[in-house]
Amino acid sequence: MLVGLLGLQGAFLDHIPHLDRCGATPVVVRDIQGLSRVDRLIIPGGESTVMTKFMVEFGMLEPLRARINSGMPVWGVCAGAILLAEQVDGKSGVLGVLSAQLTRNAYGRQIASDAISIRVPVLGLENYPAIFIRAPRIDTLDPSVTVHARREIDPVFVQEGNVIATTFHPELNSDDFFHRYFLDL
Amino acid sequence: MKRERINKGFAEMFKNGVIMDVTTPEQARIAQEAGACAVMALERVPADIRKDGQVARMSDPSMIQAIMEAVTIPVMAKVRIGHFMEARILEALGVDFIDESEVLTPADESRHVDKSQFKVPFVCGARNLGEALRRINEGAAMIRTKGEAGTGNIVEAVRHMRAINEEIAALKGLDGHQLTLKAGEMRVPVTLVEQTRELGRLSVVNFAAGGVATPADAALMMALGSDGVFVGSGVFKSENPARMAHAIVQAVIHYQDPVRLVEISKNLGTAMIGLENKVLEIKMAERGV
Repeated sequence: MLVGLLGLQGAFLDHIPHLDRCGATPVVVRDIQGLSRVDRLIIPGGESTVMTKFMVEFGMLEPLRARINSGMPVWGVCAGAILLAEQVDGKSGVLGVLSAQLTRNAYGRQIASDAISIRVPVLGLENYPAIFIRAPRIDTLDPSVTVHARREIDPVFVQEGNVIATTFHPELNSDDFFHRYFLDL
Repeated sequence: MKRERINKGFAEMFKNGVIMDVTTPEQARIAQEAGACAVMALERVPADIRKDGQVARMSDPSMIQAIMEAVTIPVMAKVRIGHFMEARILEALGVDFIDESEVLTPADESRHVDKSQFKVPFVCGARNLGEALRRINEGAAMIRTKGEAGTGNIVEAVRHMRAINEEIAALKGLDGHQLTLKAGEMRVPVTLVEQTRELGRLSVVNFAAGGVATPADAALMMALGSDGVFVGSGVFKSENPARMAHAIVQAVIHYQDPVRLVEISKNLGTAMIGLENKVLEIKMAERGV
């Protein structure tokens, strides 16, 4: 299975060891041609402004939205979750394929970044050390979205059909729970 | 330990991106618009610091704050080598990253800031593996080359990146005893040297910095194994900063694609005026070993 890593900016290479261990084949995607070859896509952590800018400039926005709408599994991590959301900071989102409203950097600057223990019942995890880095907050969700994990009351791992989003960074941990879940979608 | 992981993880998010020096909120907005993944707020870019020949210190916090308010991307700022009080001030101000930088006039000739005592992450310069590992051992969450800042000459950054890569490759051939000697020589714990050998690279993100003036320079550094690129004077000392900034960011994305680099390099106006190494009065890279 070819798993695309959106390679415009950010921590996309960090997913490679996880995907290797799961037996999937990672491919860095930097243009429309690359996008057309992959079976699923991870939108990594990094700067959402940079990724948005170049996704638009390289004409990837419409083809990607079309593929997601036709059922391609996609996983947005942190900045990736921002790109997926319908609404960000009160404005229209970039891809708009996740029925959620997000606020960027909602927990504060880097000083406020933290590792927080969360429960993820769908993965059988009781104390998962989730690393939040200048994380966005998911404020509201449509009923069509399932919440798999929360940080206090805030949803931090959500799913709407073939779309999943985490506002923390499983790729920075050495386990593969989230990658396996994504590959099984 | 937990803080260290969060800060090193944060540095991972800058990868394959460009961090730009800016001196005003307006420049910060231009940088963000052009695709910078972070900005470095400072009062004078290195080319001007070099020209002025005065003591260069931490910037006025109000100026840094104005830049923090102007953009949504992370904001970094510089402190003098060893000046832990400037670092305390920037941490209290809430900057996202501190650059303990040889571009400013060093405050301490024998000690760097003990970065493990801070919550805020640090990036430090390194010319070789010894400097890089000493900084990591002090708690740096990110390393960059110490290319001669403000010169527009890439030669030193290339030298440093190659030196680190070659020294890491050379660790492979060493036995346990030799590794211990090597660690002693570099004045770092042997476990850090072992970890570096195991990884085949530094355990933190390693960026190119100093002398990047064109998209080709940025692509060159990426091809040599940089995780990303800092551009100091290269953007706002060029003829058309917005266009140059955008082109350098694109070059980092498409560094493996020379055909795209042709288009990216076209019609950018004049790059910053470069300075030959032999005419420099101050070699900033020799500060803070």
